[in-house]
Amino acid sequence: MTGDVILLGLAGVIASGAPIVLAAIGETLTERAGVINLSLNGLIILSAMAGFWVAIETDSILLGYLAGALVGALVSAIVAFSSITLKQSQVAVGFILTITCRDLAYLLGNPIMGRQGPIMLSTPIPLLRDIPILGPLLFQQSLMTYFSIILIFVTWFWISKTKPGLMLQGIGEKPAAAFVRGANVSMMRYLYTILGGALVGLAGPLYTLSVKPGWKGTITGLDGIGWIALAITIFGGWNPIRVAFGAYLFAFLQWLGLVLQSSWTFIPSQVLQVAPFPLMILTLLLVNLGNTEWMERLLATLPDGVRNRVKKLIRSLRSQPPAALGTPFERQ
Amino acid sequence: MKIGFNQINKHFGEVHANVDINFNIQSGMIYGILGENGAGKSTLMKILSGFIQPDSGEIVLDGRVVEIESPADAIKFGIGMLHQDPLDFPPMQVIDNFIAGQEGGLLLKHKGIIREFKALQEQFGFTLDPEAYVDTLTVGERQQLEILRLLWLGARVLILDEPTTGISVQQKEKLFAALRVLAQQEKTVVFVSHKLEDVEVLCDKVAVLRNGCLVGEVESPFDTDQLVELMFGKLIILKDPESVSGDEIVFELQNLYIEQYPITIENVNFRLHAGEVIGLAGMEGSGQDVLLRACAGLQRPVSGRVIVNGEDLTGKNYHEFIRKGVGFLPASRLEEGLVPGLTLAEHFTVTSDEKQKLFIDKTYFRSLSEQMIDEYRIIGRPDTPVESLSGGNQQRAALSLLKDSLSIILLEHPTRGLDMESSIYMWDKLRERCKRGTSIFFISADLDEVLRYSDRILVFFSGRVSKPQDSAAIDLDQLGLMIGGKGWEQEIANEETYEAISNA
Amino acid sequence: MKPSRTRNISILFQLGGLVLAFGFVSLILLLIDADPIQAFSLLWEGAVGNTTRIASVFVVWVPIVLVTCGVLVTFTAGLWNIGIEGQITIGAIFTTGVIRMFLDTPVNPVLVIILSMLAGMLGGALWAVLAGVLKVFSGVNEIFGGLGLNFIATALNIGLIFGAWSRPGVASMSGTEPFPEVYWLPTFQNFRFSWYSILLSVIGLVVIYFLLQGTHFGLRLKAVGKSIKSAFRLGITTWQHMLLAFLVCGVFAGLAGALQVVAVYHRLIPSISSGYGFMGLMIGMLINYQAIWVAPIALFFAALNIGGIQLPIVMKLDSALTGVLQGSLVLFVLLMQGVKQRVLGKQ
Repeated sequence: MTGDVILLGLAGVIASGAPIVLAAIGETLTERAGVINLSLNGLIILSAMAGFWVAIETDSILLGYLAGALVGALVSAIVAFSSITLKQSQVAVGFILTITCRDLAYLLGNPIMGRQGPIMLSTPIPLLRDIPILGPLLFQQSLMTYFSIILIFVTWFWISKTKPGLMLQGIGEKPAAAFVRGANVSMMRYLYTILGGALVGLAGPLYTLSVKPGWKGTITGLDGIGWIALAITIFGGWNPIRVAFGAYLFAFLQWLGLVLQSSWTFIPSQVLQVAPFPLMILTLLLVNLGNTEWMERLLATLPDGVRNRVKKLIRSLRSQPPAALGTPFERQ
Repeated sequence: MKIGFNQINKHFGEVHANVDINFNIQSGMIYGILGENGAGKSTLMKILSGFIQPDSGEIVLDGRVVEIESPADAIKFGIGMLHQDPLDFPPMQVIDNFIAGQEGGLLLKHKGIIREFKALQEQFGFTLDPEAYVDTLTVGERQQLEILRLLWLGARVLILDEPTTGISVQQKEKLFAALRVLAQQEKTVVFVSHKLEDVEVLCDKVAVLRNGCLVGEVESPFDTDQLVELMFGKLIILKDPESVSGDEIVFELQNLYIEQYPITIENVNFRLHAGEVIGLAGMEGSGQDVLLRACAGLQRPVSGRVIVNGEDLTGKNYHEFIRKGVGFLPASRLEEGLVPGLTLAEHFTVTSDEKQKLFIDKTYFRSLSEQMIDEYRIIGRPDTPVESLSGGNQQRAALSLLKDSLSIILLEHPTRGLDMESSIYMWDKLRERCKRGTSIFFISADLDEVLRYSDRILVFFSGRVSKPQDSAAIDLDQLGLMIGGKGWEQEIANEETYEAISNA
Repeated sequence: MKPSRTRNISILFQLGGLVLAFGFVSLILLLIDADPIQAFSLLWEGAVGNTTRIASVFVVWVPIVLVTCGVLVTFTAGLWNIGIEGQITIGAIFTTGVIRMFLDTPVNPVLVIILSMLAGMLGGALWAVLAGVLKVFSGVNEIFGGLGLNFIATALNIGLIFGAWSRPGVASMSGTEPFPEVYWLPTFQNFRFSWYSILLSVIGLVVIYFLLQGTHFGLRLKAVGKSIKSAFRLGITTWQHMLLAFLVCGVFAGLAGALQVVAVYHRLIPSISSGYGFMGLMIGMLINYQAIWVAPIALFFAALNIGGIQLPIVMKLDSALTGVLQGSLVLFVLLMQGVKQRVLGKQ
């Protein structure tokens, strides 16, 4: 394999990682506010269909993305309304929505199945595109990919460097304390749930208009992506930079799988197709190691020096959710 | 600022928490709100600080009727409140806690604000590190942070809800000094407490609340008996209970070494006699909770031994400890004591010894729970869900679930949040068990309680454990100093002799 | 307020949810130029139009009941057994494996069927306990663990159908080679419907009802589900009970998978779990975890499933409509429950 091919492959990783970045960052924003949006999987499929549909009908890629974001915002608004206003279980509502949105996508998408639609082209950035290595890797991508990269840093900056971001952390950590500091907890939670959902909703059309063009009903191959994005949010410890790293790592491994499949044909394709899922379990296992009792017992048997080093490693891997994640807030 | 309460009423379900409250607070003074737990003090203060709204009545500030709809509203009027459990963000830095909620500007600009923070804390002699994380601070330091934050936001009225619980004497002195400075600056300090001695030392005037009603206003100097009578409706004289400690050793810790980040407890040696009561005193997070949990088998020691009734249970799990006669009552009753959503009868069913049977004999457990409800004077029925019981009744229920023939009962804050009657009842029941040979280990942030009920006291300071102090030979001030880390030099000198004795 | 009146109000709100769900689906249908009245009457016709269809409804009722019974146990213990789809699949795989083992042997076919069904239950239980172990010992939330295991089970299933167990000649989506008729669970007349399956699900219903209502084990599970910390402090061995809940649920899911093989398809097919697992979870939420409602609501969902088969043929609608209808039903009933609490709470 030559350097150029690898570079092309890695540029592809950045592109195919983009929708996962959008979804996982969107979910990170939502969960940072203390709300779990479990509807991601269905939401991405539905927005993928809706975006593609609108793009065909209007012949406008931009409107396609807007439709995706709108679907994401609407579905997430249901999650917000049911959990914040009606105090129903976030997990229950999210689960129902994830199943129902998927079915809804297949139902509504039936007429547009297999149709040819617009495809988003890449927009190389003048000058920057010519930088060796970095140019082809980062600056010959589509506009949405650029957006996803910028989003990572904007989100990180927002959460850790601004006053509203500080309050966002507070709302997810201890809503009562945020409330006495003047935050409108319910409204903020609505806002971040809907905003996060809109970002997730961009991931769908990014598939059907760019990464995996077209709508093919149940075999579009998007089932499971939302769950992966949710797991990556955990893996990333609710920190945008680490979340993005997780998303690219996932895209990279997927690409590696494809490369291996073509050279190592003895591995059945089914194995590689589901490989992400045991991987997902494994990474979640890794970030939870530090919280388990048997690990503590095992550590106690190690000599002091080794123990402290292992402890440090595990603590660096560990991810702690916002303390108030999934719990309603009532002023009393 | 002059504050007026005008016919304030507030209900929580069937509880009438504030009944027609009327009184005024002048500015430039330290005003006490006195009353026992459940008297309605916190409710009234939460109304003043905008956390909750009254059902009826009005708040008058400097002669103007105001609607305070939220804490943010309150601070705009110049009212700030320190809640009993500090409402701050433990995983964040001091300075971020300080900034959060400040209006204006988008970006966090630490540098300038750190300078302002330092200048402000100098006025009161506080020495907080702005870059420290709040979860490494003591409760006293977290209070200091909140005071600074509220003042910085422009508070002219500062409400403090039970601020002297769980802090050392040194921190208390610092706090009182700061409050006096504030009063001199013509600010209004509202000091909410159930502790007479604190109110007497600090306040210029107090309002006493009982059962949700204002029962009287008294000006300094105070007559203690009068305050007690106002608080409880009668004069209560608490007798120090007599020791029923026997000679038999029922529980023993040998060279116990425990690590629980960030606390390390080393080399604890201790022998507990049948019927003896041991109080564990210390500021929150000084290691007493870690030690107590190690005694319950909930925290695995790195080395050393835990011996119950002559049997080495080190490394065994909690359920093995229960079987061997250890009982544990945690502080948060509805989070790790009782199961919300289950009824009283279901609790007695789950904890009974009939587990090996397949089907539940509902008539049997109904009558069993009726019997226990009677015996422990729980106000509830067998089919009452535990979460709808009052705090005192929940604690009685939790106690009634403990088996009768225990070697030792471990308690975290046995009377936290309970009114006087419930507290007395709780301790009566515990002492009854002591007479039958059960010994007691308990943690309390209330040093009075520790002194009154303990035979011996273990004092904790950042993981260090004192030698057992005879409760008759130590007074409140000494104890308060010790939990703040004073008077330990003597300790260290004594340590060797102590070890020699305990090993003998 | 009198209890009877509260109940009436509850029913009113639930009916409101039902109406909203049908209204929502009608809107969706109008959006894609389909006639809602025609679609709903087609659903009804498709479910009860003739005896074959009614029999089919009961064929589908069986696995839905079994699976719902199973998830009531995990729900009681406060667990989201989303891995139930995989547990059904593994149950079906184990069952198929055992039958294949005995295909050309003289062993009594009745014995083989029984053995294969036991193997199916074992398989489902194993897969469920695996999700449980991940949760209990490694802190991997059962939603993610179970979901990952679902995908793995599906891959395993397809791998077998196209690989080791593929039909002689050409492997296809139609599944493995059907078993000889002696290995089929006897059916009623010419329908695909078996009294044995019905009997097993009724037994399952009764067992679960009493397990959750009247036993010490059921009560302890409830305590674990309400507050795991408190349950532990009260002396309940919490992780063991969680694993047991998974185990029981897995047995039920495995049995559902086994019956799909021996009573319905007589072979292994790619989508053997048919989404019944998720449907069980939805029904569990819809009936607010009350075992008494399992049978009727499962019947309703089964009827919708069978009724939906006609939709693509007659109206060119995707059969996913059934799923949308079921999903919005659960959603709106849940939302109305929230509205009710808000309205009543404010009085």
